[in-house]
Amino acid sequence: MSTGEPKQTRLGAWLEQRAGWRKLMHEGLDEPIPGRSRWAYVFGSGLLFIFVSQAITGVFLTLYYVPSADHAHTTVSFIQKEVWAGAFVRSIHSYGSSAMVVVLLLHLGQTFLYGAYKNRRELLWLAGCFLFLLVLGMSFTGYLLPWDQKAYAATAVATNILAEVPWVGSGLKKLLRGGNEMGTLTLSRFFALHILIIPALIAGTVAAHVFLFRRAGAAGPPLPPEKLAILPVEPFFPRQVFKDFTFGVALIAVLAYLALRHSTLLGPMANPSDPTYLPRPEWYYVPVFQWLKYWHGPASVLGIVVAPALVFLALFLVPFIDRSPERRPLRRPIANGIFFAVFAGLIWLGFRSHQGDMEDPSVRSKLAAQEAEEKRFSTAAFEPEQTGTSAASVQGTRALNAMQAKGALLFVSESCSGCHGAEGRGGAGLFALRGLDKRYPGSHLTSLLHHPNPAMLQGGMEPVQLPDAEMENLTDYVRVLQP
Amino acid sequence: MKPVAQERSRRSFLGILVGAISVVVGAVMAIPLLRLAAYPMTHGGGEADWFSVGKVDGFGLDEPVRAEVEVRKRDGWRVTTAKQTVWVSRDAGGKLQALSAVCPHLGCIVPWNAEKKMFVCPCHQGLFAKDGARISGPPPRGLDALPTKVEDGKLFVKYQFFRQLVAGREVLG
Repeated sequence: MSTGEPKQTRLGAWLEQRAGWRKLMHEGLDEPIPGRSRWAYVFGSGLLFIFVSQAITGVFLTLYYVPSADHAHTTVSFIQKEVWAGAFVRSIHSYGSSAMVVVLLLHLGQTFLYGAYKNRRELLWLAGCFLFLLVLGMSFTGYLLPWDQKAYAATAVATNILAEVPWVGSGLKKLLRGGNEMGTLTLSRFFALHILIIPALIAGTVAAHVFLFRRAGAAGPPLPPEKLAILPVEPFFPRQVFKDFTFGVALIAVLAYLALRHSTLLGPMANPSDPTYLPRPEWYYVPVFQWLKYWHGPASVLGIVVAPALVFLALFLVPFIDRSPERRPLRRPIANGIFFAVFAGLIWLGFRSHQGDMEDPSVRSKLAAQEAEEKRFSTAAFEPEQTGTSAASVQGTRALNAMQAKGALLFVSESCSGCHGAEGRGGAGLFALRGLDKRYPGSHLTSLLHHPNPAMLQGGMEPVQLPDAEMENLTDYVRVLQP
Repeated sequence: MKPVAQERSRRSFLGILVGAISVVVGAVMAIPLLRLAAYPMTHGGGEADWFSVGKVDGFGLDEPVRAEVEVRKRDGWRVTTAKQTVWVSRDAGGKLQALSAVCPHLGCIVPWNAEKKMFVCPCHQGLFAKDGARISGPPPRGLDALPTKVEDGKLFVKYQFFRQLVAGREVLG
């Protein structure tokens, strides 16, 4: 064709008449990039790739997941242990949330370093900062959903932080938890936030972010305006699209590799009565976790609420504070200095937290035991939930008679499970109850519970004070607990 | 500047490459997702356990006797116990049999009509004889006999579900 116009197929013409397809493609693909395509610009598209991957894997996970304190853990365990490719898809989703934070920080860092928020890009920047908060909200709400020890403990701590907010704090905490304590309503709320509310906000804000980006135009390399103006221009398609795609595929390949080689773990079900569990947040919240350790008493509101709020406020206001048109990184030592100092500070805090954990032998061994317990549970056979039966069952197979069933309830209400684990199975730092029938036949068991031996007392066992009938139910139940 | 034609061929080459990569990556990633979604298609329920419906001596009268069986079955991530109705009666040869009360037409629960001496489906008037054989109406076959066994003088039934609307007997799950 000599005219330079691309040839139009019949399908192309048909679509063009009805959808204005060619104009749409032109708008989408021919965005001019000053100074040609670069690998440095791939992070924004990379985030979009991960978001789509999270959305797709998330939808598939909801085929099995049930957001209720009774079933959440069982359903995740089912996905992890029984469903074809369940562990893989769950792992991709879980690693995807980390990848989201990593690539987001790269995107943010690159935008900041290049001064790409300047020159009438305030709204674009604000939308980006808001997306940052939404992504943190996604990882925070998603973390609770498996309802294992780790998820429960980390979220209990994090929601307590809200209570530090002056005046409205305790109200906010109750609102988020759906009550004073963490429970099944907390899970429903977090689920609704995680799969409906925040994703809708993200989709809308991403649309605004992309629209504003197109409206402002690609910022190009950090050069003075007069040099930027004479740079050669290249359309978004094909080379930048190709680079973005390569990055996206690489990201998905890394996620798939991690998911195959290091499947995400699932610990035992959340047990609020276990006082020994050491909560640790997901890695990207560790710096904040460490930061909170330095604030005590009345001043803690400064560290816990005011300081993070100011940091985020400063981040939001960056394009309004830093108004000079200068974009070259080395000519903006103060802005970049502050930004990367905060960043380095966060890394240092994270490192300090890790160091602190490793220096204390009891913490180190407890954390190792918790991880070992997670690994053990992750590989243990799946136990389906028993429903519609007259009594609870032990180990998924053994049906209880009425006496034993009463004992099972006492086992929980008397907090026996706090130190002996659910169904006396033990766990990290817990004492399993196994084969007691043989070791303490007849009334021996009852007298042992009334008068614990020195070893038991040392382990924190307290004499059991129950009416005789209930004591009998409890021992009946404890006797059926077998390895 | 490169010639327009050369630039355009590079554009379409990279366009095709990007398209091909999307198709390949999409197809590869679709495999685990589809497997995840398809899992229950081959992992439904499983077999129910044998359930005792009573002593053999208790049956043997002229009329079919209604019995309830507890069906303990795996339902996804849980094990459920549900009650189902079976009719214990004599087959044509006089042997004890247990019939599923589920109509092979559209699945209504079929009661015994003592006056007519027939099973009469309340939904679409399917009629079955005492031994479960089809007499008339829309059902494509007679009532379905369930596996039974006798141990210690007790009749045990293994509950099953059958495909509806077909003439042959097909066990589901």
